[in-house]
Amino acid sequence: MNTNGTVRRRTGLWHNEDARRFVSLVATGVLIALLTGADGSQDDSLLAFRESLLSIRLPICVGLMVLLWAVFYVGQRRRISLSPAVTGAAFRQRLRQMPVVRWLLIVAVVGAALVLPPFLSGFWQTVLVNQVGIYVLLAAGLNVVVGWAGLLDLGYIAFFAIGAYTTAYFTGTLPIAPPFVVNPFVAIIFAVLACLVAGVLLGTPTLRLRGDYLAVVTLGFGEIVRIVALNGDDFTNGPRGATNIPHPSITLPFGVHFTVPGLDWKVDWDGSLRWGIDSLPYWYLLLVLTALVVFLLSRLEHSRVGRAWTAIREDEVAAQANGVRTVRLKLLAFAIGASTSGVAGVIYASKVGFISPDNFILQYSIFVLAYVIFGGMGSLTGVVLGAALLTALPEFLRDYVAAADRPTYLGAVLVLMMIFRPAGLVPAGRRKAEITAQQASDPPGSSVQQADQPEAGQPEAGPTASPAGAVGGGQ
Amino acid sequence: MTAIEELTASDDVNNAVFDVDSVTLRFGGVTSLSNVSMRMRHGEILAVIGPNGAGKTSLFNCLTGVYHPQEGSIHFRRAAGAKPVSVLGKKTHTINHLGVARTFQNIRLFPALTALENVKVGVETRQRSGAISAMLGLPNARRDERESTHRALELLRFVDLADQANLVASGLPYGGQRRLEIARALGTSPSVLLLDEPAAGTNPSEKRELADLISAINRDMGISVLLIEHDMRLVMSIATRVIVLNFGQVIASGAPEQVQRDPAVIEAYLGTTNSTGKDADKAADGGAAPTDMTPDGPATGEEVGS
Repeated sequence: MNTNGTVRRRTGLWHNEDARRFVSLVATGVLIALLTGADGSQDDSLLAFRESLLSIRLPICVGLMVLLWAVFYVGQRRRISLSPAVTGAAFRQRLRQMPVVRWLLIVAVVGAALVLPPFLSGFWQTVLVNQVGIYVLLAAGLNVVVGWAGLLDLGYIAFFAIGAYTTAYFTGTLPIAPPFVVNPFVAIIFAVLACLVAGVLLGTPTLRLRGDYLAVVTLGFGEIVRIVALNGDDFTNGPRGATNIPHPSITLPFGVHFTVPGLDWKVDWDGSLRWGIDSLPYWYLLLVLTALVVFLLSRLEHSRVGRAWTAIREDEVAAQANGVRTVRLKLLAFAIGASTSGVAGVIYASKVGFISPDNFILQYSIFVLAYVIFGGMGSLTGVVLGAALLTALPEFLRDYVAAADRPTYLGAVLVLMMIFRPAGLVPAGRRKAEITAQQASDPPGSSVQQADQPEAGQPEAGPTASPAGAVGGGQ
Repeated sequence: MTAIEELTASDDVNNAVFDVDSVTLRFGGVTSLSNVSMRMRHGEILAVIGPNGAGKTSLFNCLTGVYHPQEGSIHFRRAAGAKPVSVLGKKTHTINHLGVARTFQNIRLFPALTALENVKVGVETRQRSGAISAMLGLPNARRDERESTHRALELLRFVDLADQANLVASGLPYGGQRRLEIARALGTSPSVLLLDEPAAGTNPSEKRELADLISAINRDMGISVLLIEHDMRLVMSIATRVIVLNFGQVIASGAPEQVQRDPAVIEAYLGTTNSTGKDADKAADGGAAPTDMTPDGPATGEEVGS
C-alpha cells in the first residue's frame, strides 16, 4: 500500500513486497511440481526428485505462478495509478449503495442453486449435498465463533459429531435405546439442544483463556469427543459407528388437493415429504436450512449482539470497561456456532445413514476453519462462497489428479489466497477496515523511521486542528 | 498530610463518589500503591497528578476492577446519599454497570467499527433485547436499535463528531479518537467518568477544546470527573480539586492553587539535588507547618505573589 515512497527506508530486495510475492509464488510452483510428481521408490529414492524436477511439470507449474504474479503486478500498478475512486473499496461502496445490483446478484445465485442441480449428474448432486451443503452450513456457524467473536475454535467438528450422534441415538440406531424414537427431523431439536449444552459446557471453563490457549483447549475438546465416540463401545458402538440411520420424513398438517377444471390436471398431495437415497431432495432441504441460518445470522451481525462481539474481538479490555458482558456474549457465540453445526450433523447423519468416529477427525475442524479464512473471516457471504468453492475443488480435480495429491491443490489455493487477498475472498467490511487501518497506522508506529516522524506529525496536525476549531465555533 | 485529614473531616461522607481507604497494591515485590486514601465528591472534577510511575493509572485500574489491591477498601456511590457499594472483587463490566465509565491512556477504540457503532456498543450494554429477538427482528430489538442510534448520535454531536459518525474509528484524527472514546464512555450513562490522560498527544487548540468538553460533561450532564493529566494548564483551569501521587503515595491534595504551592509537590516534580534545591528544601522544611511565613527562596516568593 505504501508504494508512494513514504516508508522506503530499507531497500533490500527482500523488503520489496513484489519481490517477496515473486519468491513465494515460485516456491509454491516448485512445491506443487514436486508434490504432484511421481512417487519415489525404495530402489531409487531420488526418482521422485528427478521425475518431478526434470520433467515438463516444473516449468509449467513455475510458469503458471510467474504468470499469476505478473497479472497481479500489472493489476496493482494500474490500480495505484488510478484514482482511489476506481479501486475496489469505492466500487464495493457503490455496490452497497445500489441495493438493486446486490439483490440481482443474490437472486441469480439463489436461482442457480434452485434450478441447476436437477441437471447435474448424480455424482455432482451427491457432492453438492455431502460436501458443499454440509460444509457451507458448518462454515456459517464457525464464522460466528471465529469471524465475529474472534474465538479460535479448533474442535468445531465435535459439535457436528454431537449433532450426528444425537440423531443416531434418537432414531434408535445406537446400542443404547432412547426413551422414544423420533424422526431425524424432530432430532434436529434435540441435536440443537445437545449442542447448546455442549457449547456452554465447553465454553464456561475455557472462555477465560485467550487466543492460542483457547485454540488448544478446543482442540482437546474435539479430540475428547471423537475418542469417547471411538472407545464407547457400549453406547456409541465404537469404531463401527451407527448404521442405518433413517431418512427424515415429515407430514405437513396440510395437503394440496385441487384439480384444474377443463384440463386433465390434478394435484393430490397429502402434505408428506420424504427423503430417500436420492441426493436432490436433500439439496433443497439444505438450501432452505442454509438460507434460514444465513438470514438469521446476518440479522445478528448488525444487531447489538454482533457489535458487542466485534468489540470483544477488537479490544476485550475496552469492551469490558464499557460494560460489555464478555463471558456471556462469548458463550452465546459458542452456543450459536455449535447449534448450527449440530443441525449440519443431523442432516449429514440422516443423508449418509452411517456415521463413525472417522467422520469427525481433527482434519475436518481444520478444513472448516480454512474455508472460513479463505472466504473471509466475518463475512457471511464470503464464508458461504469460500466453503462452496473449496469443497467442490477436490471433486473437480477427481478426474485429473490422484487422490493423494488433491489436498496439495487445496493447500496451494490457500497459500495463494493468503498472499494476494489476506482478508479472504469477500473481505468482511469490519475486518477490512481493521486491516487497512493497521497498515495506515503502522508506518509511524514501526521502529524504522526517526527522520520521518516530523513529516508524519505535520500532516496529522492539519486535519486534527480543523475539527477542533469547529468545536470552538459551535460552543 | 494535614490537608487530607482536614478534607476528610470536613467532607460529608454521604456525598462521596469514591471512598478509597488505605489501598495498597503490590506486584510481586513492587508496591504500586501504598496506603492510598482519597475521597471524591459528587459533582467535582478531581485531578490526579504526579510524576511518571507514581501510580495514577494503577489507581484507575483499582477503581475499575482491572487490578485487585491487596489491602484497603474502595466504595462507590451512584448518587449522593446512595448506599455505598464495594468495588473490590467486582468484574470490570459490573463496575461499569454500577455507573463508572473510563477512557484509556493509549486510546482503546474498536478500530473496525465506525464512530457511531463504537458509541452504540457503549449505549447498548444497557439494553436488554437478546440474540433471539435480534435474529427474528422482534419489536423490542428494533426499538432498542433505534434508541441506541439516537442516543449515540446525540453523544457524537456533543463531542462534535456527528459529521464523522460513519467513519471507521481508526480513520479518525487523533483528537477525534480521544473525543470518541469519551463519547463511548458517556454512552454507558455513568455517574462518574474516569479520564486517563485525555490530552496526551493533542495540540494546544485541541487541549482547549478538551477542557471545554470536560467542563461541559461535568456541568451539563452532572457527571463527576476523575482526571489523570500531565498538562498542568489544563488541570489548573478545570479541576475543582487536585490529588498528587508520588511513588504510590498521596503526598498532597486540595485546591489547585494550594497544591501548586505545596513544597512536597514541588519536591516531587523538581527534585532536590542541586545547590538551589538545598535552599528550597530548607524553605520547604521550614514552611511545612506555617505555609506562608517563610518567603526565603525565590521560588516560594513568586508563588506567594501569584
